[in-house]
Amino acid sequence: MAIERDDAVWLHAEHRVTIVELAECSGLAEEVVRELVDYGALSPLDPVAGVLDFNARCVARVRAAVRLSQDLELDTPALALVVSFLERIDELETRLREMNAKLPR
Amino acid sequence: MKYKDYYAALGVKRDASPADLKKAYRKLAQKHHPDVSKEKGAEEKFKEIAEAYQTLKDPDKRAAYDQLGSGHRPGQDFRPPPDWERQFRSGERTGEYAAFDGLDLSDLFASLRGGGRGASRANRSIPGEDYEVTVHLSLEDALDGTQRDLNLNVPEYDADGRARHVPKTIKARIPKGATEGQRLRLRGQGGKGANGGRDGDLYLNIALHPHPLFRPSGHDLYLDLPLAPWEAALGATVEVPTLGGAVNLKIPPGTAAGRKLRLAKKGLPRPGGGEGDLYAIVQIVNPTVLSAREKELFGEIAKASTFDPRGHFAAEKTHGH
Repeated sequence: MAIERDDAVWLHAEHRVTIVELAECSGLAEEVVRELVDYGALSPLDPVAGVLDFNARCVARVRAAVRLSQDLELDTPALALVVSFLERIDELETRLREMNAKLPR
Repeated sequence: MKYKDYYAALGVKRDASPADLKKAYRKLAQKHHPDVSKEKGAEEKFKEIAEAYQTLKDPDKRAAYDQLGSGHRPGQDFRPPPDWERQFRSGERTGEYAAFDGLDLSDLFASLRGGGRGASRANRSIPGEDYEVTVHLSLEDALDGTQRDLNLNVPEYDADGRARHVPKTIKARIPKGATEGQRLRLRGQGGKGANGGRDGDLYLNIALHPHPLFRPSGHDLYLDLPLAPWEAALGATVEVPTLGGAVNLKIPPGTAAGRKLRLAKKGLPRPGGGEGDLYAIVQIVNPTVLSAREKELFGEIAKASTFDPRGHFAAEKTHGH
């Protein structure tokens, strides 16, 4: 039977997630999310305010990193490194898409 | 039940040591992990590898697997030997899987003692599984939003935590605002939570089908706009397609090839409100076959014009020496 619901949220750059939401989405404990911030793998939107809110684009990245860390048995420093590398890959792929779009066929 | 050769999946012999299993798994997992590999079928390949390793790394499950025998071919229908279930499964419900038909081997081993969701399910709340699916949309779907029936094959757990994969259809509404690589979270549409655990979520990874005219960059669109040399030189008003219908675009006189002409708010809608822009990139296209009159006119221009498109070559040569 088809189930119909409507709780759709775009995880885009203008949408922010709290540390609680990020922990829920990624399956990480909040302490581990804080560790990722300490490692510089995640950047809170308002570091001065002391509130740990993040750009929602990081959700997919952190979820992928968590899958990798579970499947490859990585520890938290390695998880932080994976998050950083995935961010770099995201940026490069976005730039590549932009450049391809601008190139005349 | 279909037989799977877990040793072959990991590329090891049946007498491989636990260290050999781990080494083989790590090597294959790094190569085929769907979050790393862009190869087609990487996800299915990784699932095979992970399923094999999850079973063989547990000594009890490995012993149970080995007892299934080694004479089966992968994909062959088979039944475990008599007494197999009694030997390797515990609990009052033993015998429930006497009908092995249609059961996936992974579900059977996930339910065996020695770990898995079943072992702890009765004791604490467990959140439902998240599902992640790639959805291909046309640009028109992204413009207006759309609805999709997603057919998933998901594990369903009985009261004892025994899994069985079942088909499930989720009707997902995809609001406007999609673009390439964007993620949509559909809260609570994943697997059912247990013992008060929250339901999992469904994540959609958006992939846009290539469009014959428009190329997306974020929420902006790019379009090649071919112009005749005289349209570019003299200026013109030309009809330009957009996703919402054709519009007239004024071409300024002296427009150069490669120039980007912006049509504001004719791109894709942004999730936070507003729209991206459409950029028409000018291409100057010459007629490949000229009539006698056209040749005559081009000849007149060539004689009359002082325009030198390669003037900078000479300037560069002068400065270079």
